[in-house]
Amino acid sequence: MEKGQRMKIVTRTRAGTITGLMVVVLVLAGLALPAVAPRSLIQDLFFILTMLSLAQVWNLLAGYGGLVSVGQQAFVGIGAYAMFAMVILFGWDPVPAVLVGGVAAVILAVPTAFFAFRLQGAYFAIGTWVIAEVTRLLVAQWKALGGGTGTSLPREATSDIMGVELIRTLFDVREAAARDILAYWLALILTVCIIGGIYWLLKNRLGLALAAVRDNTEAARSVGIDTTRLKWAVFLIAAFATGLIGALIYVQTARISPDAAFSLTDWTAYVIFIVVIGGIGTLEGPIIGVIVFFVLQSALSDYGAWYLLTLGLLAIAVMLFAPKGLWGLIAARTGLRLFPVQRRLVGHDINGGK
Amino acid sequence: MLLQTHGLTASYGQFKALFGIDLAVAKGECLAIIGANGAGKTTLLRSITGVLRNAPGMVMHRGEAIGDLPADRVMQRGIAMVPEGRKLFPSLSVEENLLIGGQVRGGSGPWGLEAIYDLFPILRERRRSPGTALSGGQQQMVAIGRALMSNPDLLLCDEISLGLAPVVIRDIYAALPRIRASGMAVVIVEQDIARALSVADRVVCMMEGRITLEGTPAQLNRAQIHAAYFGEAA
Amino acid sequence: MIWVDTVVQGVLLGGLYALFAAGLSLVFGIMRLVNLAHGDMIVAAAFLILLLVQGLGLNPFLAALLAAPAMFAFGWLLQRFILNRVLGKDILPPLLVTFGLSVALQNGMLEAFSADSRRIPIGPLESASVSLGGITVGVMPLLTFGSAVAVIVVLNQIFYRTALGRAFRATSDDPVTASLMGINPRGIFAMATGLAMVVVTIAALYLGMRSNFDPSIGPARLIYAFEAVIIGGLGSLWGTLAGGIIIGVAQTLGAAINPEWQILAGHIAFLVVLVIRPRGLFPRALD
Repeated sequence: MEKGQRMKIVTRTRAGTITGLMVVVLVLAGLALPAVAPRSLIQDLFFILTMLSLAQVWNLLAGYGGLVSVGQQAFVGIGAYAMFAMVILFGWDPVPAVLVGGVAAVILAVPTAFFAFRLQGAYFAIGTWVIAEVTRLLVAQWKALGGGTGTSLPREATSDIMGVELIRTLFDVREAAARDILAYWLALILTVCIIGGIYWLLKNRLGLALAAVRDNTEAARSVGIDTTRLKWAVFLIAAFATGLIGALIYVQTARISPDAAFSLTDWTAYVIFIVVIGGIGTLEGPIIGVIVFFVLQSALSDYGAWYLLTLGLLAIAVMLFAPKGLWGLIAARTGLRLFPVQRRLVGHDINGGK
Repeated sequence: MLLQTHGLTASYGQFKALFGIDLAVAKGECLAIIGANGAGKTTLLRSITGVLRNAPGMVMHRGEAIGDLPADRVMQRGIAMVPEGRKLFPSLSVEENLLIGGQVRGGSGPWGLEAIYDLFPILRERRRSPGTALSGGQQQMVAIGRALMSNPDLLLCDEISLGLAPVVIRDIYAALPRIRASGMAVVIVEQDIARALSVADRVVCMMEGRITLEGTPAQLNRAQIHAAYFGEAA
Repeated sequence: MIWVDTVVQGVLLGGLYALFAAGLSLVFGIMRLVNLAHGDMIVAAAFLILLLVQGLGLNPFLAALLAAPAMFAFGWLLQRFILNRVLGKDILPPLLVTFGLSVALQNGMLEAFSADSRRIPIGPLESASVSLGGITVGVMPLLTFGSAVAVIVVLNQIFYRTALGRAFRATSDDPVTASLMGINPRGIFAMATGLAMVVVTIAALYLGMRSNFDPSIGPARLIYAFEAVIIGGLGSLWGTLAGGIIIGVAQTLGAAINPEWQILAGHIAFLVVLVIRPRGLFPRALD
């Protein structure tokens, strides 16, 4: 085995390195974009970025962790409501209150996991959904935040969000537009942090452990991976990120109601379709998926229910004929890996032995 | 020929388990397949029964290509299997386990509930118990009875003595002549060479996915079998 | 006495939930498939019955009798050509396919029938009631409960007294060995889903006659059904009835205290059982 020293395990690929550089360029361009872009584009991008973040988080849960949650709207909703509570009840600035949204989601995730982890396999999915329903019904009883009909962020809170004044003078825009720009920047940063964070997690010990569990739970347990702790860790991380995104979405909308904030369609169904169509279990998949999703939405949103009907059927078709999604098709044709997390053994021809 | 395989191959992913097996079973014959663990015996039976699918012509039954048929269709043609590890249905009673064996293909033939109960009288007493509540030997009797219920022309038995006490094995093998008397061909996969030689008309030895020896018990001597079994000179 | 009345109403409501749940339980029991579109299929069947009632002027029960074979065929085809292809070790594909189906069905119905609330008309039966030892109960709720019990009895008979039921149980235990018995597991799965759709039709009949429905209410029915199955314990149909009754009683009690708490009380009862008895009240010995 004298050749062994020259072998090593790497995850880096050439495309991966190029991706890294492109990301830096894209982020810088994205930050500068509001200087030239119209407000509608900024709003669209905000929507795309938040959906992409939600999709990446759900992908971490279901695609990498095997935890098919249909109740992520619980964390979007509780994050948003926690942010509203800090602003309305305690007079906080909405931006730091977003962090409270993330914390609130983690606090909710603990009992959720406690209940839902008692359910095996597929029933876990509906279990998370029940918890989301319970949370929605409880929040609808919260009269200080508008009960079942909801409420808006008070005028005085939205007018002096930190940084909005600066953006107004910087880009010479009205207050509402400045708020959109701020939300967009935060969304951009959050998206980069979430994708970067998941990428980092997958490249490190968590990724290896998750891969082991996904391939064979029993075997993973036998080599000392604590699968229960791993599931908890993934679930709590996902809840925190989802809570942050939810809070941020509602900083931009500035109006909330239980039905909207805990919407299964908006925060879980769309997200699942994005991941499935793009390609589950890859970091690239949700990016492709969100683009397809946005194009479809722009093209079909005038047709109301037809749009969702199409998405539903498209998701079924993808699961039947291309279970690895659009990205899976692309990767199979080209061998491209933008976010290499697979570990490859490189060095001399490993088939040459014996 | 009742059953023939032609260059039968099988693999699990990258791992190749069978390398071109040519096998023939005549009507009413008892063939024993012996070989060490991992020799490919079970894979061979899985390929014949359609649990593993092959190219059509690799398996022929009564002159028709059946290599690509699914397991249920193969069984319906009259090839019944006693799977390794018995595999009784835990939700079914002993009698229901037997009945399900003849449910899709039963019909004409000597084997029915009463005939099975005559063959293995203990099963009549235990017929209301859940199949899995029985001892290992009794479970094996149910598994054999279940396969007989379809009145097959070929019975495949995978490691029927595995994990059983010698006295129990003796009782089970004692039923073999009565089974053969009904005219069906029997293929037994067995690790117990002496047992195989004592009951079979012909013996096939497998090693690492290939047939290494073939002949009647009278033709083969210990040294040959040892070499074919372990891949070394005795 | 008002409390006794409330509990009785809850028990009878539980019959409806058991009807919602029986099909779900059947399919899960045989192929470990959780059909996320189950609730939407109940609503779709209700629309089908309504169409037959309005279009042909049929009695609702007769309409359901006509709808049942159509729903059986739908379930059989769905399983045969779509769900069988994604069943396997990985639970993700079937979940995602049925989720896609749920959304597609809801929105398809929205396009076809609009968001308006509908009801299957049954004339005077709707308000008819009988007096049972001082408690007045509606004929409809009584009929629903009776039908739920009948459905469970019939399903149990099929399961434990027929060759088909034997094949169901064998396939549920071990599909590979079942195929060695000449049984085609995929055919058995298709039969099971078809049968579940017949139960769905019966559930839809009572859903549509007892209350208003619209294309959006399916997911909530799925949740009640799911809760009843889990409370009862997987694989036990009588347990499912008990689960339905617990949800029903919790809901009517909750509603008696505060109308806004009706749904919440049902969910909380479910969570309480989940904590005390994670495997349900009547778990099957196996699994």
